Amino acid sequence: MKASTLTAFSSVERGPAIAGLMIAFFLLLFLIVPVGQVIFVAFQDPNTGSFTLINFADFFGNSLFVESFFNSFYVASMSVIVASIIAMPLAYFTTRFNFSGALLIQTLGIIPLIMPPFVGAVAMQLLFGANGSINLLLEEHLGFTIPFMEGLNGVILVESVHYFPFILINLSAALNNIDRAMEESAQNLGAHGTRLFRRIVFPLAMPGYVAGAALVFIKVFDDLGTPLLLNINNMLAPQAYLRISSIGIADPMGYVISVILVGFSLLSLWISLLALKDKDYATVQKGGGGLMRRDLRTWEKVGCYGVVILILLLVLSPHIGLTLLSFGTVWSFAVIPDGFTFDHYTTVFDTASQYITNTLLYAGIAALLDVILATSIAYIVWRTKLVGRKWLDYGATAALAVPGVVLGIGYLRTYHSFDVPIINEPLASWWVIIVIAMTIRRLPYALRACIAAIQQVSVMLEEAAENLGATKGRTVWRIVVPLMSGGILAGFVTSFATASVELSATIMLVAKDSDAPLAFGIYEFMQSTSGRGPGAALGIIAVLFVGVGTYFSHVIIERSKKLREAKAIVAEGGTT
Amino acid sequence: MKRAHVLGAAAIVLSAASIPTYALSGKLTIVTSYPTDTTATFEKAFEKKYPGVDVEMLKKKTTAGIKYLQETSDNNQADMFWASAPDAFEVLKGDDLLVKYDVKVGGIPEKVGSFPINDPEGYYKGFAASGYGIMWNERYLKAKKLPPPMEWADLKKPIYHGHSGMSAPSRSGTTHLTVETVLQGMGWQDGWAEWKEIAGNFKTVTERSFGVPDGVNSGSFGAGIVIDFFGLSSQASGFPVGFNYPKVTTLVPANIAIVKNAPNAEAAAAFIEFILSTEGQELLLDPKIRRLPVNPATYAKAPKDFPNPFKDKTIGAAVKFDLALSKGRYNVINSLFDVMITYRLNELRGAVKAIQDAEAKLAGKTNADAAKLIAEARALVNEVPVTEAQASESDFNNIFKKKRKKATTKVTGRQAEIESEWDSMVVANYAKAKELADKAASML
Repeated sequence: MKASTLTAFSSVERGPAIAGLMIAFFLLLFLIVPVGQVIFVAFQDPNTGSFTLINFADFFGNSLFVESFFNSFYVASMSVIVASIIAMPLAYFTTRFNFSGALLIQTLGIIPLIMPPFVGAVAMQLLFGANGSINLLLEEHLGFTIPFMEGLNGVILVESVHYFPFILINLSAALNNIDRAMEESAQNLGAHGTRLFRRIVFPLAMPGYVAGAALVFIKVFDDLGTPLLLNINNMLAPQAYLRISSIGIADPMGYVISVILVGFSLLSLWISLLALKDKDYATVQKGGGGLMRRDLRTWEKVGCYGVVILILLLVLSPHIGLTLLSFGTVWSFAVIPDGFTFDHYTTVFDTASQYITNTLLYAGIAALLDVILATSIAYIVWRTKLVGRKWLDYGATAALAVPGVVLGIGYLRTYHSFDVPIINEPLASWWVIIVIAMTIRRLPYALRACIAAIQQVSVMLEEAAENLGATKGRTVWRIVVPLMSGGILAGFVTSFATASVELSATIMLVAKDSDAPLAFGIYEFMQSTSGRGPGAALGIIAVLFVGVGTYFSHVIIERSKKLREAKAIVAEGGTT
Repeated sequence: MKRAHVLGAAAIVLSAASIPTYALSGKLTIVTSYPTDTTATFEKAFEKKYPGVDVEMLKKKTTAGIKYLQETSDNNQADMFWASAPDAFEVLKGDDLLVKYDVKVGGIPEKVGSFPINDPEGYYKGFAASGYGIMWNERYLKAKKLPPPMEWADLKKPIYHGHSGMSAPSRSGTTHLTVETVLQGMGWQDGWAEWKEIAGNFKTVTERSFGVPDGVNSGSFGAGIVIDFFGLSSQASGFPVGFNYPKVTTLVPANIAIVKNAPNAEAAAAFIEFILSTEGQELLLDPKIRRLPVNPATYAKAPKDFPNPFKDKTIGAAVKFDLALSKGRYNVINSLFDVMITYRLNELRGAVKAIQDAEAKLAGKTNADAAKLIAEARALVNEVPVTEAQASESDFNNIFKKKRKKATTKVTGRQAEIESEWDSMVVANYAKAKELADKAASML
């Protein structure tokens, strides 16, 4: 112990120590303090400034807020249920049978994630709304309509279709990790069918499912964009936004709602982590793991493909709808638009190119900052013995528990009167604050990618370098970072792709139209009486950004995985 | 001595008149609630005329824009406020956040309809006139076999149940004006009764005023209460929609003003001159904008069926809008509408539907008891927790303000508390009204 305390302040550790302090300061300024400020104000009496619970009493005494609370809860829970209903057959097909459409299902798992839910919301309204395409056809031919998008149902449908991949991935991984020996032993002892499922499969798969479900719950609970675009205001996140934007940053209700959102986020995150404790999904046993599979009979094959195609159509509906809208002339009370045109794309490139350039700038800087911070944190946590380094990891990961709307409110409150020196403008309305918000929100994901990457790099390589006389800095730059490059690049691309469609924090922080990024531009354009075509065109561009980004990220990860498997680690030494 | 003064004044005037018009430059920041269609068009044209100026549009809903100017008044970054509702400008004027300006360009008359185009005190200028009315989707109405609604009273009819929509006064300056217009035109009690019964037919109360024309355009609902240019521009953009001004409407100018301590007051002045010039006024006729210009000469260039308030004096003649009254109860109206209608829409709809069903059953029959129950139910639905006099009390209004600048402003209750009281009252009322109406229906 003594030796390590000494080394904590030795010259070798000084570089990382300074970096660590700087990172800690950054996290303090832009995560801990704003969120702390929000929580503080919620407990503060607006007139006297003293500690009080009266704001919470007001909140729970007002039936609109209580209703919003229950609605958010209801929508999040139902989204988990509907997402599970979509995911379960797919997980079952891939893990129980030798299903040749497994690749199709994998693709299904990615398609929803490349379209942010609020972008798809508008398109789904046009397809599934009370007078949307599907219902018009149903009414005409069968005489009834289905309230797909009525009130909260709309939010539930859009969110489920977007988030079901989380459940699918977790459920499949969970089922695939069940040791076949368990199933065989149970069968040897006489258990079959539902008993087997109830007593063996279900409990073993449960933790994986719960992890995914908790994540979906919290993402839906915190989502601001989808309810706003579907015009549903009696939910927590839209209420917080509306209170702050129409009554002002002094209104305590916005802060109370923020505290509730953060509280539930932490709870869900904790449940999710608890469920995944001691479980390792990084490696899958090859040739021995998972439940026994059997081949499909012909009619079963038809049935499976039928279900998969139905789900595929559902999952593709926002994409189809948005494409139609972006090319459509007038789409009013009709199954498809009246005519088609390229005009909307021309309009977008003529008048809205600043949204695209802003997004490239903001997301680019944010992703770059993210990988720099993430790599540094990963190195400090896993390669040094500095005191308190684990807290950097916790601090950065804590950003997962902070909904975008809360971060936005926190920045507004903390920095609205703080003027940036040379620019002479409040920090809260300078475009850089949007970049910072994106950085903080995407940091946990970049961090996970970098931690996974650094764990693959053998310490022996660094020690060898140092034995040959390289300084710590040189070792990091010439050995560690290049070997982590796959993970870093993947982290960069994921950060970039998801930051480019961030809306919750952005909508609170955008002060000027010329500073607005893509997501905000889509939100603005979707509010034009001369048609939503340009908004849809922007939406398609956003989807392409994310889609291409995800594809590259996937390719990079696959490539580095292959490289790692192909050559022996010890023999690498810096060549790609 | 006097001669020196006169000479001095003359010198100043002469030198002012002979200042060469040097090129305008710098940034011009405009806080506006207008959509991109309007702002982008004007921004492009103005920047073309004055290439040195960089126009920056801060898009905020009217209420958010007022809040923004109030909150940043100590370190003001905005040059202008550009929105529809004159009562919003009155609020800012009262908070001493605007400066006077004398317009140089000519051709703008004193009044449009019965309303003065500019602020008599000179703080804000009207650049376009707007009325409020009803827009509808022709395909939707045809499919549901409904006639187009022409008057407010039409929207109360049971046939339109679930087919109409509107925004809320707290979210939209133009909606606020529409609500005030009917309240002023029909009186406090009757006006609120009208709104409640119209709202009882609503499919939705939209988050922003744009949600209404969008809902009508996309066929999501059949009829919407909108400001005229939403209906007219949607029509011009090719949507199968129609628009009409009801009799009880008013023509109110949309305004622009220079903010106090503006960083670039010169460019701000130039912008006002531009908007009111022939060129600027003609921009209003763009199919994406379609607002009524205040320069009567511009109408010569307008399309055939474009409404002309200077020729057709019936538009907006029924109500002479009282700005002072509107300003005095601005926040109370916002909160009342939200608590009684927006956030309790389901309960209100249930009650109104029950009353409509009971009345349909009563039609043609005579049943004094049932009629009495229905009348009672109606009275419960239409009850307003605040009298007109109380709504205009400044002390009461100040409760609903969050920022209190003057020390003398008293506040006796807290906003959340009072709204909670109102909420309980309306919930109880709507529930009881539904009960009574259902009882009446069961008697028939």
